[in-house]
Amino acid sequence: MDSAPSDNAATYLGSNTQTLVKVLVAGPFGVGKTTFIRALSETAPLHTEETMTQASASVDSLIGVRDKVTTTVAMDFGRRTLTDDLVLYLFGTPGQRRFKPLWEDVSRGALGALVLVDTRRLGDSFEVIDLIEESGMPYAVAVNTFDDAPRHEPEVLRDHLDLDPRTPLVTCDARDAGSAVDALIALVTHLLTDPPDAAPEAVPDAAPEAGLPSGTATAGDGGR
Amino acid sequence: MSGRRSERRLVPAYMATGGRAAPSRNTFDRLTLLSAAGGPLPGRLAPAQRRLAELVNGGPLSLAEAAAYLVLPVSVVRVLVADLVDLGVLHARAPVPRAEQHDPRLLERVLSGLRAIR
Ligand SMILES: Nc1nc2c(ncn2[C@@H]2O[C@H](COP(=O)(O)OP(=O)(O)OP(=O)(O)O)[C@@H](O)[C@H]2O)c(=O)[nH]1
Ligand SMILES: [Mg+2]
Repeated sequence: MDSAPSDNAATYLGSNTQTLVKVLVAGPFGVGKTTFIRALSETAPLHTEETMTQASASVDSLIGVRDKVTTTVAMDFGRRTLTDDLVLYLFGTPGQRRFKPLWEDVSRGALGALVLVDTRRLGDSFEVIDLIEESGMPYAVAVNTFDDAPRHEPEVLRDHLDLDPRTPLVTCDARDAGSAVDALIALVTHLLTDPPDAAPEAVPDAAPEAGLPSGTATAGDGGR
Repeated sequence: MSGRRSERRLVPAYMATGGRAAPSRNTFDRLTLLSAAGGPLPGRLAPAQRRLAELVNGGPLSLAEAAAYLVLPVSVVRVLVADLVDLGVLHARAPVPRAEQHDPRLLERVLSGLRAIR
């Protein structure tokens, strides 16, 4: 009936909407991507179900029966109307290399990526940062400050994540809209100041093998 | 704990050529802006086509949002959009072209929009 509320009552875009832009919110499992998107979005986060077929893991090839594995991934996203005609979409993007085809599809046309990092498990973010660097997409890193997480000096984090000195490194609370906006402002400011085409090739550097002697950071002044 | 580069493995970049060589139905991006063309719906639409047409009749949406509301995979909705554009039921407007993705004027607009909602 006409009066019955739709089971999928849509929140439509304004009729003057012209330009849709997107930013990826990337990071490992549980780092706060959905929380970040929810804090910023004008609607509850939506999601699409994506089916991925991939080559089997080694276990399967040992058994020799299956050669494909199908995985379903939920991709969540949200949107925020910035002006009458300009709308920003945020796409939560899983950081695993096995989702790379999905990653490539979602990242097409993105302005850039915000990588969320949890200092309790920094290593979990290496894979997603590598993926983004391989794609050539500009990015900023936001440390999502979980209450019990260790606090590192920015230069120590930079060194450990091997960030380019120009890559913004900020802290944020993904639950707080203002803090999330600030992280995006850092990203977009970076996009304006350091356009990707102007960026020179990364200089090969020695792998930091030693454990994390504090106070011996080598990444310049480390930004802030 | 060792640094990131020690785990690093390089594969070729895809972004340099990524957007252009896509097959035609892939030209409908998640951010393709869908709006109703306005006329009456043709009588003979498949159920999924009709659901999409009726959804967009309510107002403009991105393709990704249409997929989420219809609980359909993005790949399926891309095909439905292509069908409905061919039938003259939907308008589909491409998102920002790749060349304008890094346009400082666009980025300035995004930045001032973000500052305004801060
Ligand atoms: N204390 C604190 N908790 C947070 C913060 N951000 C997220 N959380 C919590 O961390 C948990 C995981 O957050 P999600 O937003 O679901 O993380 P996600 O990256 O979307 O996770 P997946 O989709 O599973 O990869 C949730 O219980 C959040 O409430 C934060 O800034 N501070
Ligand atoms: Mg999530």
